[in-house]
Amino acid sequence: MTTAAEPSSTEEQAEPTAAESDDHASTQAAGGKPRRRSQFVGTDRRVFLAMLLIPTTIHILIVWIPTILSIGLSLTKWNGIRIADLEWSALENYDQIILGAFQQDFFQALLNNVWLLLFLFFGPTLLGMFLAYLLDKSIRGSRIYQSVFYTPVVLSLAVVGFIWQNIMYDQEFGLATWAFGGGENVAWLGNQEFLFEFGGYGLSKNFLAILVAMAWRHTGYIMVLYLAGLKSVDASLKESASLDGCNEWQTFRHVLFPTLKPINVIVVVITVIEALRAFDIVYVLNTPRNTELLSILTTDNLIGEGADNIGRGSAYATMLFLLCIGFVLWYVTNHYRNQEASV
Amino acid sequence: MTDTATTVTTAAANPTKATKKIVTKKKPLRPARVVLHVFLIVMGILWLTPLVVSLYASFRPFSDTQANGFLSLPSSVSFDNYKAALDQGDFLDKYWNTALILFPSLILTLFLASMIAFVASRYTWRFNIFFLVLFTAGNLLPQQIMVAPLFQAFRRIPLPEFMSNSGNLNGSNWAIILLHVGFQMGFCTFVLSNYMKLLPKELNEAAMVDGASLWTTYSKVVMPLTRPALAALATLEFAWIYNDFFWAVIFEQRGDDRPITSALANLGGEFVTDTNVVAAASIFVIIPVMVVYFALQKHFIAGLTLGSTKG
Amino acid sequence: MSGRVLRSPNPSQVGFPLTRRKFLVGGASAVGAAAVLAACGSDDTTDAGAGDDSSGGGEAAAASGTVRVGSNYSDAKPNEALKAVLDAFPNKDVTIELNEVDHNTYQEQIVAYMQDPPDDVAPWFAAYRLVPLASAGLLLDISDVWTNSLDDILSSGFKQASTYDGKQYLVPWTFYSWGIHYRKSVWDSVGATPPEDWDGLLALCNELQGQGITPFASGNDGRWPAMGTFDQINFRLNGYQYHVDLMAGNESWTDDRTKEVFARWAEILPFHQENPNGREWQDAGQAVVDGEVAMMTIGNFVGDLFPAEELDDLDFFPFPTLNDEHGQDTVEAPIDGWVVVAEPQNEAAAKEVVAYMGTADAQNTYLSIAPGVQAPAEGVDTSAYNALQQKSAELVQNAANVTQFLDRDTLPAFANEAGQAFADFLNDPSNIDSILEDLQSKAEALL
Repeated sequence: MTTAAEPSSTEEQAEPTAAESDDHASTQAAGGKPRRRSQFVGTDRRVFLAMLLIPTTIHILIVWIPTILSIGLSLTKWNGIRIADLEWSALENYDQIILGAFQQDFFQALLNNVWLLLFLFFGPTLLGMFLAYLLDKSIRGSRIYQSVFYTPVVLSLAVVGFIWQNIMYDQEFGLATWAFGGGENVAWLGNQEFLFEFGGYGLSKNFLAILVAMAWRHTGYIMVLYLAGLKSVDASLKESASLDGCNEWQTFRHVLFPTLKPINVIVVVITVIEALRAFDIVYVLNTPRNTELLSILTTDNLIGEGADNIGRGSAYATMLFLLCIGFVLWYVTNHYRNQEASV
Repeated sequence: MTDTATTVTTAAANPTKATKKIVTKKKPLRPARVVLHVFLIVMGILWLTPLVVSLYASFRPFSDTQANGFLSLPSSVSFDNYKAALDQGDFLDKYWNTALILFPSLILTLFLASMIAFVASRYTWRFNIFFLVLFTAGNLLPQQIMVAPLFQAFRRIPLPEFMSNSGNLNGSNWAIILLHVGFQMGFCTFVLSNYMKLLPKELNEAAMVDGASLWTTYSKVVMPLTRPALAALATLEFAWIYNDFFWAVIFEQRGDDRPITSALANLGGEFVTDTNVVAAASIFVIIPVMVVYFALQKHFIAGLTLGSTKG
Repeated sequence: MSGRVLRSPNPSQVGFPLTRRKFLVGGASAVGAAAVLAACGSDDTTDAGAGDDSSGGGEAAAASGTVRVGSNYSDAKPNEALKAVLDAFPNKDVTIELNEVDHNTYQEQIVAYMQDPPDDVAPWFAAYRLVPLASAGLLLDISDVWTNSLDDILSSGFKQASTYDGKQYLVPWTFYSWGIHYRKSVWDSVGATPPEDWDGLLALCNELQGQGITPFASGNDGRWPAMGTFDQINFRLNGYQYHVDLMAGNESWTDDRTKEVFARWAEILPFHQENPNGREWQDAGQAVVDGEVAMMTIGNFVGDLFPAEELDDLDFFPFPTLNDEHGQDTVEAPIDGWVVVAEPQNEAAAKEVVAYMGTADAQNTYLSIAPGVQAPAEGVDTSAYNALQQKSAELVQNAANVTQFLDRDTLPAFANEAGQAFADFLNDPSNIDSILEDLQSKAEALL
């Protein structure tokens, strides 16, 4: 039960010995400013290289080289079977997707990713933050509530998909139909009509239904993140705010929220990445019409029976990648820079 | 008492901060509190309903729920659906398949990630940030972009028969393990490097003065202190790897070799699907992960928040 | 000629036509397309996937060892039936290892599966759906199995449906037909009889609706069931050849004849259950079983939904006539079969297994347990057929033209697009012009 708290206690045993170190630069601990090439000699040097290069090689082979190859494949036409059949096609795939026959699909999918992003911000994120705020108030049964809201997060999407398709959204027997159908059948996942529409694009009703299923799974995750953030806010801070006569909202808005900035950053990152990469739940629900996401188009065009041109699938994948990578690099680089600077 | 889990979490997330003393005040029951509890109870019930109803349906005959709905009183209650799911789905074998993929993936991921986190966060050298960025960014990419080249490569890499039914890397557990390791290493490196950064910098120097080698510093000094983070990551990665079905569906063409999450699909028949049998199968699928979740809840949550509360 | 075929094969070249004459008499050149096929047959250029022809048929030099058979027969009855068939495999020197995968994943993953196949023998479909696999060299040429043992027991129509570029790649195993299925007792109770033509159908629908019964069940989750209705209206209205040409990209989706199909479809749409896109076909079928809905355009396999003792109450009739020129001359009867992967581990045994699957013995065993389909081999015990099976088999035999199904008669990538377009149409029939324009642009990009 107490292992998690260990670092804070063991830290004391590791008394600072930096002053005794003669060659300070050669043993730079994290965050030290001077940089020298040869920190290590002999065996240490070889061990260092091994510890660095073995994991890096695996990671690059599995993640980065295939990514780069996919970008290359997006400029070809290929049935994905014999390499001899691969034909260079320059930007034709992109032309077909952005300007040609697949334009409608592509932009609707892109728009769905945008809806998802907005929804995650205004739905699960706000709700998760609110729940965290409530559960932080040292109330009775807080831990039980936490477990309840967090449980969907640990379920396999294969199970989540089954539950929503058959238990919740079955148009005749589903609980959603029972609760809101008023005795009529409701095609929760089958109704592809747009709730609102502009120029042939819009937000379809069945996508909204899927968003609700996503919220079920996402809210607990956000709640846990904010809960951790709130717990680390000094209790006296909350105390003094209420003594100063702030009401609940003012306390939250002016005292708590600013201290949650690191969490907010994380939540923004997670939300943007999740919104771009989202895949599983739509996939397990058999991708009802008008609920396509970029990841779904990519997968359909890469591995389904209809994936007759790996090049087109790779072009979808590349665009998804480009949307992700700028944001990811910006965040990750900043994160480590700040960390380096602050330690 | 209600706060222990998250208190510990906070401590784990901020190893350098002393554990705060939490003052639990006994407050009188005010109307606001009642409203609060009512709200939370309603939300809690809403949240659990899908799961509880699935569980309930798994004990009832399909014809019963078809005729009377999921919320009706049962005409009969039995384990028949579970028996049917066991018969049709071979779940005991599938648990074993999952274990064969899960545990090697878990151990290798943590081991390799801890090494890279150690060299890149405990020492400053010209490219250490580059490597951390590489790994963390790699974990945030969409999986789809790697699929096609990996499949083409894996089916061309021969493996001896005792390692692979298919004779290739594709179709073997090794492929899936490799994919999990390569991909999950990114997140673990991110979390472990954050954590290791917060250990006092003097540790390395002290070890150095004692004449410890780099490897000893890693294995005897830093790793023991990183245990909480490793425990948290292990529980989290357990759930993630256990729950994955995407890789297995693509890289494992033999139904018998697929892990349990992918096997769930095997019960979806071509023409007729018995919802309640699939509900029972779903319960089989979620049992291990729920057990781990409830047993190791604090590690679980610590794992999620480790990377996030600082930085 | 193989180059031309690779690009965009005309379905008629891959054994599409199962004409009446060929079916019954076995005359190989009943239509022009068959003549093309005959020409292909003499073309010996080995293209792809052609294994060595030495170990053919395999009944003489008996095979031994282990052979791996894939199965996507994930439903209870077909699964049991297939196991019984394989247990009865006569060559006891061969051990059969069965690899069961679920039906939908198998189909979705077929290209990956075939590229690094875990099995020697695998289930697949006839006709155009063979082409992407065969042309890519993923299947073994089993022409020798046909020459040695199947030519005598399977009619040439089935052979053509198994042929690509002059070589055979499939052993036909079962088939079923599409039509309008209904419950006799329900129809008797309202005094309805099967209509002959379109006006009769509309009158019947009005009559049924007047009596408070929804005429048509409709479940399009999965997006293939709507293809069945489209096919029926299309070949009734425009004929078999138009279907073939449209599927091959040689006719346009924005052509008035195609638009007419949707106009007719729109006429009967109001008589269908609402919200078809969100309903699985089983739920739609169940409504027919329960007597809540009068009929359903679907394959014979809807019988699997009926309790065994009520199966006698199920009947069907061919889709009504829309154009006297074509009458009811076309039947949609998809054929399922078995293929051998391009590089099997045990080629001799694999060929022996597929040869066995082509026999009446094996097919009889299968039908005795899974009676939802019919079997093609000569000597199959048709007297054991139930009324529905008999009617279907007769219909197929007497048809001038046999189609497979939209998603088996065209490129899979395009079939996906068509499925989505039909779902869009069901959602908003008034939008059909822009839906068809979009679909045509996809046809041009893909076919």
